[in-house]
Amino acid sequence: MSKSATLAAEKPKILFERPKALSDVITNYCPGCSHGIVQRLVTEVIDELGIEGSTVGVCPVGCSVTAYDFYNCDMAQAAHGRAPAVATGIKRALPNNVVFTYQGDGDLASIGMAETIHAATRGEKITVIFINNAIYGMTGGQMAPTSLPGQVTQTSPYGRDVATAGYPIRVCELLSTLDGVALAERVTVDSPKNVRAAKKAIKKGFEYQIEGLGYTLIEVVATCPTNWGFSAKEAITWLQENMIPYYPLGVYKDAKAIKGDA
Amino acid sequence: MAEKVLMKGNEALAEAALRAGCRHFFGYPITPQTELAAYMAKRMPKIGGTYLQAESEVAAINMVYGASAAGVRVMTSSSSPGISLKGEGISYMVGADLPAVIINVQRGGPGLGGIQPSQADYWQATHASGHGDGHIVVFAPSTVQEMADLAARAFAVGDQYRTPVMILADGMLGQMMEPVVLPEPLADDDLPAKPWAIDGHKNQRPHNTISSLFLAAQQLEDSITSRFERYEQIKAHEQRAETYLTTDADVVLVAYGAAARIARSAVNKARELGIKAGLIRPITLWPYPVDTIESLIPSASAFLVVEMSMGQMIDDVRLVINGRRPVSFFGHTGGVIPTPDEVLVAIQRAHAGEEFRVVPIHSKLTGGAA
Repeated sequence: MSKSATLAAEKPKILFERPKALSDVITNYCPGCSHGIVQRLVTEVIDELGIEGSTVGVCPVGCSVTAYDFYNCDMAQAAHGRAPAVATGIKRALPNNVVFTYQGDGDLASIGMAETIHAATRGEKITVIFINNAIYGMTGGQMAPTSLPGQVTQTSPYGRDVATAGYPIRVCELLSTLDGVALAERVTVDSPKNVRAAKKAIKKGFEYQIEGLGYTLIEVVATCPTNWGFSAKEAITWLQENMIPYYPLGVYKDAKAIKGDA
Repeated sequence: MAEKVLMKGNEALAEAALRAGCRHFFGYPITPQTELAAYMAKRMPKIGGTYLQAESEVAAINMVYGASAAGVRVMTSSSSPGISLKGEGISYMVGADLPAVIINVQRGGPGLGGIQPSQADYWQATHASGHGDGHIVVFAPSTVQEMADLAARAFAVGDQYRTPVMILADGMLGQMMEPVVLPEPLADDDLPAKPWAIDGHKNQRPHNTISSLFLAAQQLEDSITSRFERYEQIKAHEQRAETYLTTDADVVLVAYGAAARIARSAVNKARELGIKAGLIRPITLWPYPVDTIESLIPSASAFLVVEMSMGQMIDDVRLVINGRRPVSFFGHTGGVIPTPDEVLVAIQRAHAGEEFRVVPIHSKLTGGAA
């Protein structure tokens, strides 16, 4: 048999392809930024659950402000910090649809903290993907509510001084005290193993929402090489050495684990 | 014909909204709109709707943004300081072409101000409801009946032009009781289709996006100019005003809402004294009923604006009159209600050919010069 005949006979096996829910456009994310990975994971989960047609996403103000162009499901753009309130309005109008927000640390834990806490305590059946990279990316690297003590940013040029700027907020720990929260889990995407774990957590969040268990939040400890002033590789190292010790990975609240059937 | 019932203005408005198909209400407690939210809290769970007390006015208006984006008829209500907080969300809704009905039961300001009836948010409602180039439609009811009728109308106009609509009431209209004939309830089939809504594409259409963001300057300009073309349609078709005894009027009063009720009594008193007074009562504050005012310039010798503020709507009256007739002002502010007798004195002065601006009598601002 000739070589070409062999190729024609074997059906090519697809090992890797673009998720259907991820649109075919160039994103505005910098090289080495975690956004691209996390966004892909969200769309893979949407594909696996077969929910693109019933999903409505809400993008924030921040580097993912134009994420409505990157997803193929219906999308809304929200005012800074208000994504949980917008998602609440959408979910209350469409209780049978899947609703998620995708927010950074400034959006979620600073200007939108009230919306975050109250959506959580109401047990809004939404899934929040929280990108914690300890800095304001889009506006060029200012101190975030999650910037580490001593971290140098444009607005903490001598390092974050906790005596004047206060301490970083640990969002998963904070939300885990609220009865309305069904899932609060912190993950990262610094290695293939952790990427797989992150995807599992995101999928669990969507599943818990579909089961009507309550508010679900997946915090992703993420890189911002551009504003941290590192190469992509250095940023991963900095994340591992500085971010993870302050923001330990793990499940902070799991409604099913509490009930004992996770 | 439907039965007349005795209701508070706030409750009549709430019931009319339900009958217009509104099944989602998001709000935050504030005086003097309390009865409206309480009515919604009582009724919504009984009819399968959503009443949600938000954590803040800011959250409430953004919930309205979300529900409107999802395609349902949705409403929020507040009072002056709360409306300031909603300004952000209102601007985003303007920019994203989202319909919704926003109630402002006005009280005195600035700041925490007071809780008595006021009309001091005219400028905010008609000229600066949020940042950026844009407008919202503003209705001004003057009776409990109109609180109900304009609520129904507001949902229709909002959906037709894809714009937020504000009902600018005040504490007096909200809390007074009058007989009202409520509008007939709409069926689900009566509600307009919203193919632009983000309600899940069900793999049957391209994905929809609701956004007010245009990073390219030219795209933003294009989106705004296209919206302003729609505003021209609104101006052409939606101006509303009531005229009372204006055909032969020498002195034409201009007043809206609660102030118009007082002005109307004063017009009657002036007529008893032989002064030909009349009243234009704007029902839409944006678009401003410029055509009605323009039509009376040839026959009137003077205009007198009466407001429960230091004089805000008078700017729009002056823009129409444009120096062709004297335009005087009488008002009280801060929750003080003008009396018909006070307005009558103002009518007499205007009739005598004076042009003046009368604000609270203790103020040095009161004087002859307009």
